[in-house]
Amino acid sequence: MDQLQFLTWVRGTGLNLTLAIFVLGVIWRLIEIYGLGRKQDLSAPRDVAGASGWHTIYRRSIPPPGMLKLSPVSYIGGYVFHVGLAVVVFLFAPHIALVASLLGPTWPGLPSQVVDFVSVVTMAAMVAVLADRITKPAKRFLSTFGDWFTWTLTFLPLLSGWLAVHHLLLPYTLMLALHILSVELLLIFLPFTKLFHAFTTFGSRWFNGAVNGHKGVPV
Amino acid sequence: MSASLEKGVRVLKEMIDAPIASYLNSCVHCGICAEACLFYTETGDPKYTPIHKLEPMRRLYEQEYTLLGRLARMVGLTKPVTDAELAEWQELVYNSCTLCGRCSVVCPVGNDIVYMVRKMREGMSAAGHAPDGLKGAVTRTVKIGSPMGVKLPAVKAQMKHVEADYGIQIPLDQEGAEYLVMLSSMEIINFPEYLGAIAKIMRHAGKTWTLCSEAFEATNAGMQIGNSDLARVIVKRIVDGAEKLKVKTVISPECGHAYTALRWEGANLIGRPFTFKVQHIVEVLEELRLAGLLKTEGMETDRLTFHDPCQLARRGGVIQPQRNLMAMIAKDFHEMPDAGFMNWCCGGGGGASAIEEGEELRLEAFKRKKSQLDAVKPHRLVTACANCRIVLEEGLEHYQMNLPVVGLTETIAEHIPDPVGND
Repeated sequence: MDQLQFLTWVRGTGLNLTLAIFVLGVIWRLIEIYGLGRKQDLSAPRDVAGASGWHTIYRRSIPPPGMLKLSPVSYIGGYVFHVGLAVVVFLFAPHIALVASLLGPTWPGLPSQVVDFVSVVTMAAMVAVLADRITKPAKRFLSTFGDWFTWTLTFLPLLSGWLAVHHLLLPYTLMLALHILSVELLLIFLPFTKLFHAFTTFGSRWFNGAVNGHKGVPV
Repeated sequence: MSASLEKGVRVLKEMIDAPIASYLNSCVHCGICAEACLFYTETGDPKYTPIHKLEPMRRLYEQEYTLLGRLARMVGLTKPVTDAELAEWQELVYNSCTLCGRCSVVCPVGNDIVYMVRKMREGMSAAGHAPDGLKGAVTRTVKIGSPMGVKLPAVKAQMKHVEADYGIQIPLDQEGAEYLVMLSSMEIINFPEYLGAIAKIMRHAGKTWTLCSEAFEATNAGMQIGNSDLARVIVKRIVDGAEKLKVKTVISPECGHAYTALRWEGANLIGRPFTFKVQHIVEVLEELRLAGLLKTEGMETDRLTFHDPCQLARRGGVIQPQRNLMAMIAKDFHEMPDAGFMNWCCGGGGGASAIEEGEELRLEAFKRKKSQLDAVKPHRLVTACANCRIVLEEGLEHYQMNLPVVGLTETIAEHIPDPVGND
């Protein structure tokens, strides 16, 4: 298989397989998790404005009082890398063109220089949170193979994409194929690793907000 | 009802619901919960990271409720939960967790960690891995009627003392009274001024109230140890008493966990909504204040601060009323850093204060409270939980801090004017 054949495979069969595993995996995991249900709370509720699951989905994006200075790298690094990732994935013109060709809808992107800058900042933020994971005792203690693995899965698409755009390290065709492959690996593993928090975070915040909102506590 | 690993695992499995599955799948190991836990911040030991306290539950969840986990278990790739592991986790689930819920309000992905610890305790207690101090407290509550072994004659004796001291009759088993007043044994044994304060305030507000001879103890060690069957027995006594006496409202005493047990867990434990209202005494006082029925006179002039019991404030949603009440009687009131919603636990909630072998760790964790107090340097510390009060007093004594701790209700009652003429 030469470079072009490799690229053709990851763009065709590879992508189809990936999307099938990703979509079915996400649906299966969501059913597996939320299908467990929960008991109705029979205690008399206390109604307080702002105390609900929906409020917590939004509110939990803001650090609670005093927490930012206790874990600045987690919060600032976390913001930068999540927002940066979203910008690079959804606002880079070639990505928009890919979605348009697969699904139809399109939207305006950002100039490639801006996306380039954002991707470098995002990678820097990811390196910072990795360093924080290694140096902070509680984080290092909690870390398992899954943490290092998913960090790598997330970092490789950014790095390979950036290298491909800049025609660095490997021939463009091969680097592009590797970039697409790395994204496919990310999507395949997403439903079955901690990366699935991309979906469950919203459910978790909602449950937390709803359980405590029942007591009139806006959490 | 003998405890065993098999039973513990079965109970733990039954505890896992959609919120827990969602939480366990959302954790990204960011460790922010550690920064919110006084057992981690004061010891620096990462094993006290709140989410780590649930590790056996997480593995059980994976092995029982996920496809990949079940497959891995079939081919022997998983590590089953063992008796030795649960024994090791006892310290993490009980001694070093007061169910204060700070971790649950900081987790960025939204995990309600204390919700899971509460459920984890059900499995731990079924497996026989609960601390002896708590086991004793539950047995005494179920068999004798209170965790400290207090029986009705002790309550009656206390009633007599209060009647003599305050000149007010204490009603017992009075049908149709508006309020049924519950007590904690701590108040019966150590702080009888609470009962006197209630009598004074109720007379002042013109409200009818009663104690109940069949249900006077409000604390629920069954909930703290994580045994819903026994927690139900304890709560049912109060429900039966309240329904027999046809009261409108049951007043939870100055005790955080009694409030959680009665106000939030009670109806779920007995499997039906209550036919009466449950209020913490602080909520009742606030209601009386708003209705113009609580008129105090004079002000405390020394420097005061308020310690929010976790179960009342962060876990119970009562934060402003105690401040409004303090404003009625305190001229020189100062908030501690993080007071209110983010307040730090005294270190002895959730049954932790009943665990003898946890004392050293508790005192270590108390350094957090000490630093909060050092920032304010109050002359007296006011709170609204008898358990907090005892734990605070122990901690203050250990660190040789000369700081009296008083209850909010009794402090308010001291400012209630005596009635003019005979009553």
